[in-house]
Amino acid sequence: MRRIRVSNLQARRFIPLLGFGLLSVLLFRGLSLDPTALPAARLGQSFPEFTKLELQSGEAIGVANLSQRPALVNVWATWCYSCRVEHPFLLELAEAGIPIYGLNYKDDAAKARAWLGQLGDPYALNIVDAEGSLGLDLGVYGAPETYVIDQEGRIVHRHVGILHAEVFSADFSAWFPQGPLGVEMPARQGSVAE
Amino acid sequence: MIPELGHVALIVAFGLAIGLTLVPFWGSMRANVSAMNLAPSLAVGVLVFTAIAFGLLAISFLRDDFSVAVVAANSNSLLPPLFKFSALWGNHEGSLLLWVLILSGWMTAVAFLSRGLPLVMMARVLSVMGLIAVGFLAFSLLTSNPFERLLPNMPADGSDLNPLLQDPGLIIHPPLLYMGYVGLSVPFAFAIAALIGGRLDASWARWSRPWTNVAWGFLTLGIMLGSWWAYYELGWGGWWFWDPVENASFMPWLMGTALVHSLAVTEKRGVFRSWTVLLAIFAFSLSLLGTFLVRSGVLTSVHAFAADPERGLFILVFLALVVGGSLLLYALRAPTVASRVEYAVISRESLLMVNNLVFTVAATIVLLGTLFPLVMDALSLGKYSVGPPYFNAVFVPLMALLMPFMTLGPVSRWRQDSPRRWLHELLTPAIAVVVLAPVLSVMLFSFNLWVALAVLLAGWVSLGVLRDLWHRLRVGNSAGLQWQRLTPSFLGMTLAHIGFAAVVLGAVVVTQHSEERDLRMAEGDSAELGGYRFEMTRISQQPGPNYIADQASFLVTEGETVIALLTPEKRRYLASGQVMTEAAIDAGMLRDIYIALGEPVGEGAWAVRLQYKPMVRWLWVGAFLIGLGALVTALDRRYRVQSVARQVTDAANQGLEFAG
Amino acid sequence: MKRIPTVPATSSYGLTAVAFCGWLLAATAHAVIETYEFSSPALEVRYHTLSQELRCPKCQNQNIADSNAPIARDLRVVLVEQLEAGQSDEQILAFMVARYGEFVRYRPAVDRNTALLWWAPAILLGAGLIALTFHFRGRGAGAAPVLTASETAELKKLMEDNSP
Repeated sequence: MRRIRVSNLQARRFIPLLGFGLLSVLLFRGLSLDPTALPAARLGQSFPEFTKLELQSGEAIGVANLSQRPALVNVWATWCYSCRVEHPFLLELAEAGIPIYGLNYKDDAAKARAWLGQLGDPYALNIVDAEGSLGLDLGVYGAPETYVIDQEGRIVHRHVGILHAEVFSADFSAWFPQGPLGVEMPARQGSVAE
Repeated sequence: MIPELGHVALIVAFGLAIGLTLVPFWGSMRANVSAMNLAPSLAVGVLVFTAIAFGLLAISFLRDDFSVAVVAANSNSLLPPLFKFSALWGNHEGSLLLWVLILSGWMTAVAFLSRGLPLVMMARVLSVMGLIAVGFLAFSLLTSNPFERLLPNMPADGSDLNPLLQDPGLIIHPPLLYMGYVGLSVPFAFAIAALIGGRLDASWARWSRPWTNVAWGFLTLGIMLGSWWAYYELGWGGWWFWDPVENASFMPWLMGTALVHSLAVTEKRGVFRSWTVLLAIFAFSLSLLGTFLVRSGVLTSVHAFAADPERGLFILVFLALVVGGSLLLYALRAPTVASRVEYAVISRESLLMVNNLVFTVAATIVLLGTLFPLVMDALSLGKYSVGPPYFNAVFVPLMALLMPFMTLGPVSRWRQDSPRRWLHELLTPAIAVVVLAPVLSVMLFSFNLWVALAVLLAGWVSLGVLRDLWHRLRVGNSAGLQWQRLTPSFLGMTLAHIGFAAVVLGAVVVTQHSEERDLRMAEGDSAELGGYRFEMTRISQQPGPNYIADQASFLVTEGETVIALLTPEKRRYLASGQVMTEAAIDAGMLRDIYIALGEPVGEGAWAVRLQYKPMVRWLWVGAFLIGLGALVTALDRRYRVQSVARQVTDAANQGLEFAG
Repeated sequence: MKRIPTVPATSSYGLTAVAFCGWLLAATAHAVIETYEFSSPALEVRYHTLSQELRCPKCQNQNIADSNAPIARDLRVVLVEQLEAGQSDEQILAFMVARYGEFVRYRPAVDRNTALLWWAPAILLGAGLIALTFHFRGRGAGAAPVLTASETAELKKLMEDNSP
């Protein structure tokens, strides 16, 4: 009887250590995660329907007009300083033949047109979302953000923050193997999806 | 020059800490008395040199030496001197230095206030604390050096202390909190020393208790101050947010509460030994875990220091070594310290066992809730958030579950008791409380089920405490009151339990009955809330030492009587450009009136929030009583008076130590 | 109470985050006080509850009631609109979650993933009580050694026998 009790005690005593071991593994894993990174909730879903005006032409457009696929949808505004920082890279991408659709988020259309006139227009189309309702449907929470739409019109990736070469080659090469220079980029192992 | 000297002092302290970890411990294993006797001097050495480093950093802050990186990042020439000083610990590097300073203070206190503690035990205790100091000093020197310089590109002025921190709260809250966090290393060290020695008797508990109670008391006060500070500083009248950093301090507190009670049982009855040791390890481990969570960037929090995964890794490794090592030691040595169960199912011991269980479960729940988002993210199951709605939903019932037992506990007998006796003792108070509670809650406010329940439970606890007090005073046949029977230990418990009841009552009342209105008000407008009338009499601009404020004056009246003239402000700090709300509060024990300014909404009008918060002070007064009670218990005679007989026994025990 | 003024640019994501947040004012520096007109007091109560239950997607752990960030303001406006439109609490939460994910709820939904979280208190307490039961039962005798009448007599006899 005594022996059994001692062996019970034996196993039980190690439970706290085991629990702590699991906790350490979790915390170690946590160090390489980013708690602020928020993947797009719409990932895998079709780009939401909308009816908005196009920035330059003033025509009414909808999802169907985002016809080039795969494409980027870039959320930007003139009040967003970081958008200005990423703008040259967007021009490079456009030059390399990557279709970019703009979502002018909570902005003044006239200012936006002037801005593009001054800095260059990389966008195939620019959606005017003055109240941010399309942004809300997408799950936008700040500018700049860049979404990737695949061949079937589904949202497959979102990058929050400034888009630049490193990020592009790391995360976007699955859909845009030709990269910003129009040159075939070496395929990255396991594209980091969000 | 001064920062370099500070750096050197820190390195010397590190060296001494290494000595403290190794030498006395080796001495304890080899029965080398002179090696063991070095421990107090080494502890003092660590304290002195850490204090020197601390002082030199303070001088750098006060002299506006912006060549020092932390000074440049956290201070400004316009900052009032008191805040320049406290800015020292308003950042990651400096607060680490404070941590180590307080740790070395505790080490020195243990070294010099432990007369009669067997030398072997003291050597081991100080060695363990020295190990902790080594870890933190290494962390500081290797990854977070407070004396890092920005030469040759020294900025002309600093980035200023975050305006939210420019408050007396910053001066007291972190030091008090750290006194608690760090102080839990003392019972931890005692536990480790006991496990190593293989001896864990009632005298071990007696040694640990005052240290534990004082540390826990400080932790209580620190948390209370944090809550109060958030309340008056943030501008929306909240006092607890279940934010990860808050939880990081609350978890050690919960575990510490279990520890405080468990130690009492071990001291008086010699049982719960392995439980108590485990709790001591858990409590300090949670302290260390808190340090990790706050500084590693693993969780998002408004409170967190600038997060750096590299630093996080260092702390994690240290955590793994210390906690893992101590739990391994526990696993291997537990049988040698486990006690026989000698108490009945109905007894004071088992009630306190329930107490242990509830607080341990509570701490685990808070840990689970805090880490849940991390767990889900690590398992790639998505991004989740766990916040106040969850914590309130699970934590409150747990505490409610506990409260009936709080009265039974002091009444019950050790070893064996009977429910019939409880009924006999407590029937009258029980009936009184059940009858009075709904009546009181209706009298004070409109009827609310939760408030009635809270009054019931708080009343039950208070009546039980008072009944206990009365019985103590009137024991035996003597006609008079036996004041001498009110030992500090008993008084402390009484204060703490009443404080707890007050906290519960305050929390429930303020949650259920507070009123709030957001309105647009201009000069001359008035509004009604909670039976008071608020009239905005004037808006003006007021300059401050390092800010400019828009100030609104409110005349608060109740009927014909003028209650207060309140002046909430909206401050714009000159150095950083940051804008901050400074709420105006009329405090009272039965209610707070709280006014905060929002944005100007045009035409000279402002968005204003008026709040009526009944009994919110009871939260902090109650918490203060808990902390005070804990500190009072340490004054008990039995921790100070050493009879000759005891000294002889202890000396004899010393001889026996080496055998084990 | 400490705030992160900026995330240190020690990694590329850090740099991005710094730039991204660069245009933000210190989003958490003061309380948000806005005046909304509600068509009924019940709606206002629901507004207060829900705005404290919804998390600001970009802030450092704040609900949308307390945060200054533009997205928080937008979400508050949406919340008011939805409430006035007669949506139930579940519908509003579903709307938000569809766009921002479970992240945006401070009270996690009770589903398969969060089952452990919600059941943990009951499970832990239960486990503790079971452990306690074994603890008491495992000693063999249920109570502390209390002598029966015959044992007391026997003891007495033994002691009398042994006394010098």
